[in-house]
Amino acid sequence: MSAAQDADHHGHGHGHDGGAHGSFRGYMTGFVLSVILTAIPFWLVMGDVLKNPVWTTVIILAFAVVQIIVHMVYFLHMNTKSEGGWTILALIFTVTLVVITLTGSIWVMHHLNTNMMPMSPHDMLHHQP
Amino acid sequence: MTMHTDTAPPGAQAPVFYETEEHAHEASTMLGFWVYLMSDCLIFTVLFATYAVLGRNYAAGPSPLDLFDLKLVALNTAMLLFSSITYGFAMLEMEKGRLKAMQLWLLVTGLFGAAFIGIELYEFSHLIHEGATPQRSAFLSSFFALVGTHGLHVTCGIVWLIVLMIQTAQRGLIPENKRRLMCLSMFWHFLDVVWIGVFTFVYLMGVVR
Repeated sequence: MSAAQDADHHGHGHGHDGGAHGSFRGYMTGFVLSVILTAIPFWLVMGDVLKNPVWTTVIILAFAVVQIIVHMVYFLHMNTKSEGGWTILALIFTVTLVVITLTGSIWVMHHLNTNMMPMSPHDMLHHQP
Repeated sequence: MTMHTDTAPPGAQAPVFYETEEHAHEASTMLGFWVYLMSDCLIFTVLFATYAVLGRNYAAGPSPLDLFDLKLVALNTAMLLFSSITYGFAMLEMEKGRLKAMQLWLLVTGLFGAAFIGIELYEFSHLIHEGATPQRSAFLSSFFALVGTHGLHVTCGIVWLIVLMIQTAQRGLIPENKRRLMCLSMFWHFLDVVWIGVFTFVYLMGVVR
């Protein structure tokens, strides 16, 4: 980010954005990683490779998280220093809200569903006191 | 403004001083745009949460297994990923100050984006033709709301991209246009990040079962 780094990077120091844009190599690394991280989940699901829905779900979610991080680093050029750390702070705050909203919604509504769903006639017969 | 006090090579103080000023101004725009993206991320979070809650309420209608064509989704994902890397190339050309090459990459990016939207509209029309309209079930309402909002964002991105192609054609790579191109870059890559969530959470997890 510093002017000195800029001068190194651009030869005659004309740039004023330093590491904010990344390089050809950075973009290609991100692209290749993204292709791999996209292809594997599609292959796992379309080929039904694992024959196990739970593990398949866990693995494709893990791949999604890794790919989001790859995009953040190589395409959006996130790092802990850009804008004096404010972008990462905003991101941490947002991720916190995202996690609370998603897990909270799923958790609460799951309990609501299991506890308050009307029973089918079949269930009614079997749950008679 | 006084944060950047890096040591500059002697004799180059005047231009370096100007550039740090410029940088500080750009930084505030970039940070502001980043905060906008984070708030946009919360919009998508709410739509994802809605889909997570309602995504299995089929109302005796079609389920993801009946509706989703993963080959089409894979193609769509490829389109968006290609458009991300070509936008990256446009940014690299912008840094080198090559206007024509940058505009060419922008055009390629726009075409990939248009292909994405085209495939998505084809998918939607196919679903609606089969009777899987947003009114059919809670699953389909939340599906169309989430995927449709993402598609709307990409459409806005394409319009913005065309506007920037015109603006760079008229004014060249002036600092204002560079700033706008950097904002669109963040917007475009951000939409690709959201799409990772969509294809994993909606399409792939919808078909696994």
